[in-house]
Amino acid sequence: MITAILTIAGLATLFGLILGYSAIRFRVEGDPIADQIDALLPQTQCGQCGFAGCRPYAEAMATGEAEINRCPPGGEATMIALAELLGRDPVALEDEAAAEKPKSVAYIVEDECIGCTLCIQACPVDAIMGAAKQMHTVITDECTGCELCLPPCPVECIHMQPLGATPQTWKWPYPADTVTEAGHG
Amino acid sequence: MADARKDWSFHGGVHLDDHKAESTGQPVRRLPIPDRLTLPLHQHIGLSAEPVVRVGDLVKKGQLVAQASDYVSASIHAPTSGRVVGIGPQAVPHPSGLYDACIVIESDGKDAWTDLPEPMTDYATLPTADLRERIRWAGIVGLGGAAFPTAVKVNTSGQRPIDTLVINAAECEPYITCDDMLMREQAADVVEGIGILRHLVGARQCLIGIEDNKPEAAEALRQALSTKADTGTEVVVIPTLYPSGGEKQLIRLLTGREVPSHGLPAAVGVLCQNVATAVAVADAVLRGRPLIERVITVTGRGVRQPGNFRVAIGSAADFVIAQSGGYSDAVRQLILGGPMMGFAMQHDQVPVTKATNCLLAAAQDEVPAHPAERPCIRCGECVKVCPAQLLPQQIFWHARAHDFDKAQDYHLFDCIECGCCAYVCPAHIPLVHYYRFAKTEIWAQEREREKSDLARRRHEARVARIERLEQERKARLRQKKEALEQKSGDSAADPKKAAIEAAMRRVAAKKAAQPPEPETPGGE
Repeated sequence: MITAILTIAGLATLFGLILGYSAIRFRVEGDPIADQIDALLPQTQCGQCGFAGCRPYAEAMATGEAEINRCPPGGEATMIALAELLGRDPVALEDEAAAEKPKSVAYIVEDECIGCTLCIQACPVDAIMGAAKQMHTVITDECTGCELCLPPCPVECIHMQPLGATPQTWKWPYPADTVTEAGHG
Repeated sequence: MADARKDWSFHGGVHLDDHKAESTGQPVRRLPIPDRLTLPLHQHIGLSAEPVVRVGDLVKKGQLVAQASDYVSASIHAPTSGRVVGIGPQAVPHPSGLYDACIVIESDGKDAWTDLPEPMTDYATLPTADLRERIRWAGIVGLGGAAFPTAVKVNTSGQRPIDTLVINAAECEPYITCDDMLMREQAADVVEGIGILRHLVGARQCLIGIEDNKPEAAEALRQALSTKADTGTEVVVIPTLYPSGGEKQLIRLLTGREVPSHGLPAAVGVLCQNVATAVAVADAVLRGRPLIERVITVTGRGVRQPGNFRVAIGSAADFVIAQSGGYSDAVRQLILGGPMMGFAMQHDQVPVTKATNCLLAAAQDEVPAHPAERPCIRCGECVKVCPAQLLPQQIFWHARAHDFDKAQDYHLFDCIECGCCAYVCPAHIPLVHYYRFAKTEIWAQEREREKSDLARRRHEARVARIERLEQERKARLRQKKEALEQKSGDSAADPKKAAIEAAMRRVAAKKAAQPPEPETPGGE
């Protein structure tokens, strides 16, 4: 009897020590699930999900606080990828998210810009160049199209310009579409 | 050795009517220079060239008008003398039909050359870096159709040493005969180009792979080789079987070596170059001439006089066809490239580029009809003919379902888009179209991912910066506060402060001495 108790107690202590040690030794920095979710999000940092950027939304989804259908720039593809990653059922996109907009970048009408720097402070990815009372301009390659610079502009000189396809970024259309055309024509 | 080589073959392939005789009846004819030349800045694999001229500039023939903007990029030169009349979007030969940046030159009719660099006739004694620089200056790209910058391809430093130079003279696609005619007429230049390329990469031997439907070209090359007393270069006649001119297929046919998936031919000690590229290299090194013209085939029953023509790069397709006799009534479709790998163009107002090898004005029966796609019956015909030994039906299946990861698991990117599978498919499935769709979708996803990674890094940097600034602000405040506190601690010694404090104490004492005012609840 006493041997059994001692054995179990000994084992419990041993495993406790192993677990305690590995909890310190193999500690994972941050939340890996949140990281994985964050990797799927489009990183526009637009805040349309109601969170202050992609990372906070990812963390909210990781803890189960937020639905997976709140990212309009990611659209349905992102929602399905999230559903797969988190093992949840796909949900229809929220109303405003459902209407997918064409990919756009901000464009500053340089003649109208008064150099107030408000847009520079609003840009989540530092894609706007300029200084006080100097003309500002958007670095197109780094703009995520989040539209956060539009409301602060006092003279409404920022417009969204849709990014058209170039021969280098053009995608072949899905064949079935063209085949049915050819089939009927 | 030669006998051993004959035993090699590649998997699959299809026998096609070659339709070569239509365009080989006449020698290559030089076409006049049109009034307007349109030079796309992106005629090659890699980044677009950067214009070095402005609208209104006068340019001479052979003058640099756009410079390679990156290591993998290619320079562009003026094909004739004249004036730059525009730099901007123009229609380019691309399946999308989209516009792209071009330099437009209006010819002055004089065709006057600029000063060309010195010929490097003693190339064998020159450092290879100088030769590569000359090839890079000349803007030479692979003229077989892929248009990969040649100066990059011949830079084999850091790779396995190259022992074999393979010259691609197979020209396996039906209708196209520009390499055939080039070899018949400029065999000596081909051999000179081979000499330079061999010297560049230090190849011990050179194998020229040529299909057996081009006996005249093979004979011309043998003649040129015998007069040159070139040892180690051999003309190897291979059976006509499409796509023997695919890079990996030709290397397999000539050397028996298998280029690994996702690998370059350099991985098996081989460098592969097209014959026309070899001629362009000879022109650049021995004559100091940039790549400003090329031989193209104009053929099909849709043109009155099929043939091969030496045209200035930038000439419009409609000009080339008009000069070669014009369209016949049978024309239904204009295809850029051959019937297997080419693509149909919406109109003919596009320029000939470095990569253009053929304009096929096809009659109704020359282009594959597109009967409605029927379901795949998994007959496996496509597997039998696939020269890359893939499972085309599986890739199709996943591409159709937008399951690109699975399509890549079946090695989508080893597909060379030769079209054999679609050619034999009894269900008329446009298989290559599905593969191209999947490939461009995957590239687009990759671009998106890169862009979102960049945005994430920039956002994180911004958040970190704001936090740092906030902390610095707080630290400054704290310092100020501490400084103030220190001062108030010292204030006992300060007579001014002491006077103020004394005054305040007097006021407080006065207030305490006065009776409190009666409170008036409920109003004034």
